[in-house]
Amino acid sequence: MSYFSRRKFLGKTGALLSAMVAAGFITSTAMAADYPTAEVNTTGLAVTDDTVTVGILHSLTGTMAISETGAQEAEKLAIKQINESGGILGRQIKIIQEDGASDWPTFAEKSRKLLRNDKVAAVFGCWTSASRKAVLPIFEQENGILYYPTFYEGLEQSKNVIYTGQEATQQILAGLDWVAEEKGAKTYFLIGSDYIWPRTSMKIARIHIEKVLGGQVVGEEYKPLGDTQFGSIINRIRLRKPDVIFAAVVGGSNVAWFKQLNAAGITSKNQTLLTLSVTEDEVLGIGGENLEGFYSVMKYFQSLDNPNNVEFVKAFKEMHGADSVIGDVTQAAYLGPWLWKAAVEKAGSFDIDKIVEVSRTGEIELDTAPEGYVKLHPNHHLWSKTRIGQWNRDGQATVVFESDLIEPNPFPEGYQ
Amino acid sequence: MNFVYERFLGGKNGALAIAILAILILVIFPLFLDAFRLNLVGKYLTFAFAAVSLVLLWGYGGILSLGQGVFFGLGGYAMAMFLKLEASDPESTKIQTTPGIPDFMDWNQLYELPWFWIPFESFTFTLLAIILVPSIFAFIIGYSMFKRRVGGVYFAIITQVIAVILTVLIVGQQGYTGGINGITDLKTLNGWDIRTDSAKLALYFINALLLLGVIMLSKFILTSKFGQLLLAMKDKEDRVRFSGYDVSNFKIFVFCVSAVIAAIGGAMFTLQVGFMSPSFVGIVPSIEMVIFAAVGGRMSLIGVVYGTLLVNFGKTGFSETFPELWLFLMGGLFIAVVMFFPNGLAGIWNKYAPKVPFLRPLVNSSTNAETKSAPAKIESESTIEPESTTEGAKS
Repeated sequence: MSYFSRRKFLGKTGALLSAMVAAGFITSTAMAADYPTAEVNTTGLAVTDDTVTVGILHSLTGTMAISETGAQEAEKLAIKQINESGGILGRQIKIIQEDGASDWPTFAEKSRKLLRNDKVAAVFGCWTSASRKAVLPIFEQENGILYYPTFYEGLEQSKNVIYTGQEATQQILAGLDWVAEEKGAKTYFLIGSDYIWPRTSMKIARIHIEKVLGGQVVGEEYKPLGDTQFGSIINRIRLRKPDVIFAAVVGGSNVAWFKQLNAAGITSKNQTLLTLSVTEDEVLGIGGENLEGFYSVMKYFQSLDNPNNVEFVKAFKEMHGADSVIGDVTQAAYLGPWLWKAAVEKAGSFDIDKIVEVSRTGEIELDTAPEGYVKLHPNHHLWSKTRIGQWNRDGQATVVFESDLIEPNPFPEGYQ
Repeated sequence: MNFVYERFLGGKNGALAIAILAILILVIFPLFLDAFRLNLVGKYLTFAFAAVSLVLLWGYGGILSLGQGVFFGLGGYAMAMFLKLEASDPESTKIQTTPGIPDFMDWNQLYELPWFWIPFESFTFTLLAIILVPSIFAFIIGYSMFKRRVGGVYFAIITQVIAVILTVLIVGQQGYTGGINGITDLKTLNGWDIRTDSAKLALYFINALLLLGVIMLSKFILTSKFGQLLLAMKDKEDRVRFSGYDVSNFKIFVFCVSAVIAAIGGAMFTLQVGFMSPSFVGIVPSIEMVIFAAVGGRMSLIGVVYGTLLVNFGKTGFSETFPELWLFLMGGLFIAVVMFFPNGLAGIWNKYAPKVPFLRPLVNSSTNAETKSAPAKIESESTIEPESTTEGAKS
């Protein structure tokens, strides 16, 4: 009896499975047959009749690993979802992952390996500007395509890169406008880590504050990357009593900066602080209690209340654990594979030149992005909304302001 | 001819070892590796310059420098500055506020080329700078330390501190140096596009030949009286001093020579990899260079080249195959080498090759040749008798 029923059961599931396989096979061959490999891949990329290979290039080791982990997890989630929904042009996506090891030359070496030896059809990766600058010449020379997820300083527009994070003006101008209007801010104190992104951001901020908002910059300070002594800067802040502290401190310094502010008695009760560099990921290290009431300006917060985001957060936590948090860059990284899919399907080809061509029409758009509707601008950056979140003790932000879609402008005139 | 044979090649065995290395890097690698892998090997071989410089300084001189990255970096930056200026012509930088200056200067609100960049518009000056800047820098460090008889672990710590200071300086002064991004997007050398495959192949051969040249030059230095003095100083510095030699001058000299060798490696690195960044100047790369030398065998000019190749192949191979585990594997490799083969690859060769009948004649004759030309050279320094060394130096 039991034997019989098991056999029956096996038979049934077997039939079901084979039906599923057959159905899948038929749809995928039907799809792939519409797009023969010889036509969709004229430049010898790693595309076969049923698979397409892409690269993921983030730091899995070294100081940047903590920041880049979220980004590569989001990219894997997006690729998994695309595969489950039938893949791209009937082809399943395979991943080759490489470790950039928080080391810019390693990024260069691995990107050359991915493009030249593995012939990947696209690369999702990089986090810091330095790593992007290191791989850029290689992508241009080998004619690959990179989907880069981090908000960054702008001043760049490569044929071979799609920037899915915000460039500096998108993030900064809306944030400063809000703080000037909402808080009546007149005096600003600028502080950042000493490298290209904070310096460029503060340059744009200073011009906007002085020329557009009619405010005054009462201090501009930079600290070396990794520095943890903010005592003298905090004294200067106390002396000059700015209406707003505008901060772009990154990495390990961030933790020291907020803890020392707190210890010095500067909290949201007596000081407005707007930061460009704190996402949910950083809050894990800084601690919600040190940030409570301060503001971040970003295009995405995990707490965004829209159906796309609710679903995204659920899927992300299912794949990577209930404790995982999602920051701005993680969400931007999630967009990469989807934007690539949209471009490939619109072009009907995996060829880099054709993908770039359709990406430049300004017609690549995503309705399903967790941050809401986004559209690719011909300058390779995304139209996106800017939001201001106020941090709570639990490490999540309450969104207090949301802009309209802002046009990306990597080379802002009058701001250079 | 005989002079060249004995002094530059190190006798029959030395000549054979160099010939084998030359065949490997000049014939076998280019024949069997694709362009990408060959370029990687080229990059590894630039680190071998630093490892060779450590054989002179640390292996024979007994002076452990944890700051060879400084000189590697100085050479690399000198070359990068020249290439960057060439890449920043007014035409390709016309979107900048100030066209004609490197892009990172424009981002950092500089409106003209800083004075110390201007000479790097000349290729001749750049080549001179690659040799002179590191040697002058090494002279200043060496003079101020060796004349005061600072040595041993204090010297190692001070060189490490210098590596940190230089890194902080480069990162902090990003308007002048490119900061943490380094100097990127290098394109041509006197109009010759260094990014093409043919250029990379040519650069690989130039690099390999330079490395062989440097090894032979080092051999010459080590087989001279100076080389014997170095060993003597390492074993019993006071005795050499009491014999009437000015020890500090010899130390300064070998420090300068090792600085220049590392700098040549740095310049070749920039040419082959296409950028230079502070991540080659700091503590980590400097210590890696010491590891290359330790794995290869710090008393062997040829051994360290194999050591550098082995470690770097391991690094690339492990990290490609096991992106999440590779650091542990590298750690395991280092521990294994230090525990079981304290004299590195060269030590393994000297220990086991005589036991293989087919290799025996090669090793025996080599030992003889080495003993003839440099009586003090013995593989394991623990067996060196201070007496015999000093006598060797005097005789």
